[in-house]
Amino acid sequence: MSFSIIGKPLPKVDAVARVTGQAIYADDMLPPRTLHCRILRSPHPHARILSIDTSAARRIPGVVAVITGADLPIKFGILPVTQDERALEHEKVRYVGDPIAAVAATDEEIAASACDAIAVEYEVLDPVMSIDAALATPKDERIQDYGGPNNIHKLVALEFGDVEGGFARADHVREDVFFFQGNTHLPMEQHSAIATYVDGKVTLWSSTQVVHYVHRALAKVLELPMNRIRVVGAAHGGGFGGKTDPFAHEIVVAKLAMMTGRPVKCTLTREEVFYAHRGRHPVLMWVRTGVTKDGRITAMHFKSALDGGAYGSYGVASTFYTGALQTVTYDIPAYRFEGCRVFTNKPPCGPKRGHGTPQPRFAIELHLEKIAHDLGLDPVDMKRRNFVKPMTRTVNWMRVTSCGLEECTARVMDASGFRTRKRRPGRGMGFAISSYLSGAGTAIYWNDMPHSEVQIKVDRGGVTAFCGAMDIGQGSDSVLAAIVAEELGLQPKDIRLVTADTDTTPIDLGSYSSRVTFMAGNAALEAARKMRALLVEAAAAKMGRPADSVRVGGGRFGDFSFEEASVLAEARFGTLTSAGSYTPPKIAGPYKGSGVGPSPAYSYSACVVDLDADQRTGLLHINKVWIAHDVGRAINPLLVEGQVEGSVYMGLGEALMEEQTFRKGLHKWPSMLEYKSPTFLDMPEIETFLVETNDPEGPYGAKEAGQGPLLPVIPAVSAAVFDALGVWIDEVPVTPEKIVEALRRQGKGEPPRYGPSRFPDIPYPKCIRVEPPPKELDLAAPAAI
Amino acid sequence: MRNEVERPVDRHVVALQVNGERTELLLPVHKTLLEVLREDMHLTGTKHGCELGECGTCTVLVDGKPELSCLVLPIQIEGRAITTVEGLASGSELHPLQQAFAELGAAQCGYCTPGILLASKSLLESNGRPSRDEIREALAGNLCRCTGYAKILDAVQLASERMASPLPRRGEG
Ligand code: FES
Ligand code: FES
Repeated sequence: MSFSIIGKPLPKVDAVARVTGQAIYADDMLPPRTLHCRILRSPHPHARILSIDTSAARRIPGVVAVITGADLPIKFGILPVTQDERALEHEKVRYVGDPIAAVAATDEEIAASACDAIAVEYEVLDPVMSIDAALATPKDERIQDYGGPNNIHKLVALEFGDVEGGFARADHVREDVFFFQGNTHLPMEQHSAIATYVDGKVTLWSSTQVVHYVHRALAKVLELPMNRIRVVGAAHGGGFGGKTDPFAHEIVVAKLAMMTGRPVKCTLTREEVFYAHRGRHPVLMWVRTGVTKDGRITAMHFKSALDGGAYGSYGVASTFYTGALQTVTYDIPAYRFEGCRVFTNKPPCGPKRGHGTPQPRFAIELHLEKIAHDLGLDPVDMKRRNFVKPMTRTVNWMRVTSCGLEECTARVMDASGFRTRKRRPGRGMGFAISSYLSGAGTAIYWNDMPHSEVQIKVDRGGVTAFCGAMDIGQGSDSVLAAIVAEELGLQPKDIRLVTADTDTTPIDLGSYSSRVTFMAGNAALEAARKMRALLVEAAAAKMGRPADSVRVGGGRFGDFSFEEASVLAEARFGTLTSAGSYTPPKIAGPYKGSGVGPSPAYSYSACVVDLDADQRTGLLHINKVWIAHDVGRAINPLLVEGQVEGSVYMGLGEALMEEQTFRKGLHKWPSMLEYKSPTFLDMPEIETFLVETNDPEGPYGAKEAGQGPLLPVIPAVSAAVFDALGVWIDEVPVTPEKIVEALRRQGKGEPPRYGPSRFPDIPYPKCIRVEPPPKELDLAAPAAI
Repeated sequence: MRNEVERPVDRHVVALQVNGERTELLLPVHKTLLEVLREDMHLTGTKHGCELGECGTCTVLVDGKPELSCLVLPIQIEGRAITTVEGLASGSELHPLQQAFAELGAAQCGYCTPGILLASKSLLESNGRPSRDEIREALAGNLCRCTGYAKILDAVQLASERMASPLPRRGEG
């Protein structure tokens, strides 16, 4: 297949707006008469609210409205099963930063002073700040009134195939415990939303990743029909999963706009962004694997315990994700997964780049390294022996189609010289692989409708594509423009885009779970092909030739320019519009919980990290990272590389320094200075390889690129530390203190390791046993179930 | 009760020279340059990520040198030349840095971009052909969460090459 746009490293369609300061982000909007909103937040991690007195605040000149939870009592939440949040709490607060009241005033300083003037009386409760504490009987009371026992939110237990038989068959069985500390997205843009209320209709511009979910939450809490609410995605300053939930400030500004009749804006301070969070869950993990003596996996048992923070958020899905994708990289013939999420008095955790899968990926990659070490096998060879094969079904019913694991591994092995590296103390290389979804195969709320829809309008040579997808900087608008341009023989800059606006664009479920290229891309492809057919037919009729002789490309349809062809087609058919939609295939397995994990396609990555480790100080210096990513097909290699490099960067941040931790109920470092993230000086050179496996269902064969490449970086760092110093750091982040402590233990003849010593007793229910599917996959008959 | 707003606010008339244009504004003395640019002058190209001097997002040039506008009070820089991202292009012609950032994908979400462009401009004015390490050093105070910095380094290098020896741009000729 030859393309004129697909596969070309073209600049983003919005690049000029972004480099000239002309892109309008939510906080850049300041319509006349805008009121500024500030939110009063809880200073206590856990407390009952006895009373709220706003009278002094209301008396301050410039204060226009003050609201509390009594004004917004209806609960919401991203998942239908956990509608446990209020925009403002008036009964109980569950973490430092939980919103209580909001003020709209003529300027921000007045709003802040008015928040200070609100008097809240609390009955302080004992905070629950760890997984162990959440599993124990609470001293005062539970954080939430659902779930249980104690502060357990969710328990999962699934078993696929003959696990005990698999362990019995094994020549070697190993158990390990790992811990992955929580961390946060830290988008450069602080969350911001601005609402207006005109003629009975609310319009909200927000820094959200998903206009549709905000739309739903607003309708529910404000008790307005969805057609009276419009949500528009403003130019986006980075999300990484952190702007995927509906947030209190979005609901609050809408309510305040309704009450005051004026535009109301709320931009979170950086400190508030740390409280809004929804970031990486801290996860404690236990894994037991049986292998034959040549390293073939016979069975695996994986347990996870997630510290969820105070609310549900995406947590039920996150819990399943800690167990879902182990089988998508390694062929595991029998698999048991037990997962648990607990509530603690911290900002809620949710989806961050890789959602629930970087933690188990860290654990399983290091665990397999250790097994190879036990058996005296080369870890790369041993992992390779267990790689899944394309066109198969895993034991837990995940459908694997295209799979470039072998090629990705070969590319990074060759380029890094991993096999021929010179061994010397203090220098090491580590290898790891991973996989990620190209969009979740099932929707968050049950429905049979498409996950993405695109409409195209052609009018006297102008092309406009409409889609609800939100460009969060990853370049989804550019992908849509490239696809439409390719099919219509134009350039991406010829395509006008209208995106992420619930009034004017058809639905797209938003920028999360790496779904946009695959799902909106397929919808755009269908719409564009239909439009192309109309233009071809009109041109063919005028030329008096059959349609298949009309050549499309270079701005021409046969004998005509694009503009002429569009005029001919409009004369022939009337208004020129076309539409396409994408609904994922129904491929989930026949068991409860099977909706988390299936995806129409999985991306694959392999990574080698080369580092120096100082034996005295434990300081690490990353020399270089090689990463190969199976993206199916790179619709725009420049943008794919950008996603891969950004993922490696974020992976290194998590591996080396980023952590969101608490002391006495308080966030230890809610600022950009104290929350360490990599700077220009910390980033090594990255060598990126794009592997194209041409997925059978992706648009032009494309799969995801924005999340998967983060995953292998973290275990590769820890494996490289072992290669350099002979110590295992079984806990993320891999900090100098931990390395020094492991070296001290090594020196004393103790196990050369830093990491958790035990996994707690968790009252998992009895495993639901699920028969594995037939392993071979017949794509011609995809809807087996 | 803490309530500073009821105290009279000290206001001054300040004359600012921004992107070559002079403006006089009546400002509370404690209002930062960042706020004045964005709210009083509607120059919203200058962004903010912390408002505490920690992220570099709000970088502007004052007499050609990078300054964090969230830490500067207008009264401190009266009469000095301020450059924001809106002042980088000449007319509709992009600055070579803007051109290179756009071509090479150095702006993903673009939120850090204005600050990084200005810090880079200042670097290239004092060092026309910086090495990758010199660029890293000069931009170490500017965080970016999207790009992993790689394409930004490429773009600053490309711009420096073009500025040192103007070559036809990609896609031309
Ligand atoms: S906003 Fe000024 S340094 Fe962050
Ligand atoms: S491009 Fe998004 S923060 Fe730099």
